[in-house]
Amino acid sequence: MRLSPDELIFWQYGFVTLNATIVFTWGLMLLLTLGSMLITRRLSAELTRSRWQNLLEIVVMAIVQQIEDIGLPHPEKYLGFLGTLFLFIATASLCTVIPGFEPPTGSLSTTAALALCVLVAVPWYGIADQGVGGYLESYVEPTVVMLPFNVISELSRTLALAVRLFGNMMSGAMIIGILLTITPFIFPIVMTALGLLTGMVQAYIFSVLAAVYIAAAIRTRPVAPAPAPGA
Amino acid sequence: MQVDWFTVSAQALNFVILVWLMKRFLYTPILNAIDARERRVAGELADAAARQAEAGQARAEFERKNAEFDQQRAALMTQAAEEAGAERRRLLEEARQAADQASARRQAQLRNDARALDQAIRRETQREVYAIARKVLSDLAGASLEARAADVFVRRVRALDGPAKEGVAETIRTASAPVLVRSAFELPAEQRAAIQAALDETLHTGTPVRFEAAPEVVSGIELVVDGHKVAWSIAGYLASIEQRVGDLLAETTPEHAGGARAVLPGAPVAG
Repeated sequence: MRLSPDELIFWQYGFVTLNATIVFTWGLMLLLTLGSMLITRRLSAELTRSRWQNLLEIVVMAIVQQIEDIGLPHPEKYLGFLGTLFLFIATASLCTVIPGFEPPTGSLSTTAALALCVLVAVPWYGIADQGVGGYLESYVEPTVVMLPFNVISELSRTLALAVRLFGNMMSGAMIIGILLTITPFIFPIVMTALGLLTGMVQAYIFSVLAAVYIAAAIRTRPVAPAPAPGA
Repeated sequence: MQVDWFTVSAQALNFVILVWLMKRFLYTPILNAIDARERRVAGELADAAARQAEAGQARAEFERKNAEFDQQRAALMTQAAEEAGAERRRLLEEARQAADQASARRQAQLRNDARALDQAIRRETQREVYAIARKVLSDLAGASLEARAADVFVRRVRALDGPAKEGVAETIRTASAPVLVRSAFELPAEQRAAIQAALDETLHTGTPVRFEAAPEVVSGIELVVDGHKVAWSIAGYLASIEQRVGDLLAETTPEHAGGARAVLPGAPVAG
């Protein structure tokens, strides 16, 4: 049995392989892009609008609200990255109900790629917010002694992100596969429903963690840190 | 299970492309639409607020004008009521005056009528009284009464003295016509002689005397010469009484013009 869609290879030339992960990712990208294009082709600025536009507005505004709640000012700046993370992972989880579909997030390659993207995005936004020097200073705070620990934590959280998402998505797929061999009726449906729930939770956790890391990166020098109440 | 680094890099690239696609086709249009709608809503709200303020001003203006109109109307009503009251008082006063004048005219008319009636009644009464008296006296008059009248006349002639006597004598002396003695009845001869004697003794004129019977004298004797008259007759008394009563009536009538009630038949003058 396959543990990862990476192992299903459609085409290979040297080290260039076209496996199921990449193909399903393209499928998800096509779905998301075409859906967005179809809905946003006739956007209405009036008070009455289509139900699909309403749905997209609710989703986008919910993401914006979440980013703002985490503490990032100007959430529109981070909406592209964080929103796409959430939508991609959530869509991948939702599509697991389609028979034959294997979520690309069930591949450690995909989750590692997403974690690497977060690893790059955090300093990217940090530098964009406070410059190279300001961002690098955050590694030696509160003292220089903390520098190695900060670097380790930066790497370890990237690894944790990748493994957490991979483990959850792969476990869901594996449980369904195992249950199918034992009890092919009823139970796989229940587990699929549970997998939908955990998939949505994972999408939320991944995006929120990325937002928190970015917020930590751009908030290393608060203007006036308020003492926590009761501290 | 291992990480395929080609897949990792391909997925990372895929993700970056997906981020760009999502930005291009999802987030930007949606956010723009939302912003446009919010601007529109804010504009409409501002417009509504402006309209509401305008309506408030219009309402305030309307209420102010309404209050002004009410005040003006109340003032006009008060003025009209005052004018109507004044006009009513004036008309009432005019009507009262007209009524007073009509009443006064009517009272005056009544007084005049009553006075005229009163005078007519008095005149008629007076005339009747004198006619009755004249009738009674003429019925009673006779030769013996005439004799007594002649005696009284003789006595009166003899009693003349002073300026009266001189005046009468002078008149008789200078008269062109003979002295006329009138009586109601034909006088007997001895009485004619006595009268002639008395005139001669008293006046010393010697003028012949002509005797004449005149029934309108009623009873008595008159001596008439050139407009002068010495007489004792009931007719003369009656005439003098009538004259005096007429004068008295003429004097007293105005005193009774004070009230309509007083001017009634049976006034004290007639009694």
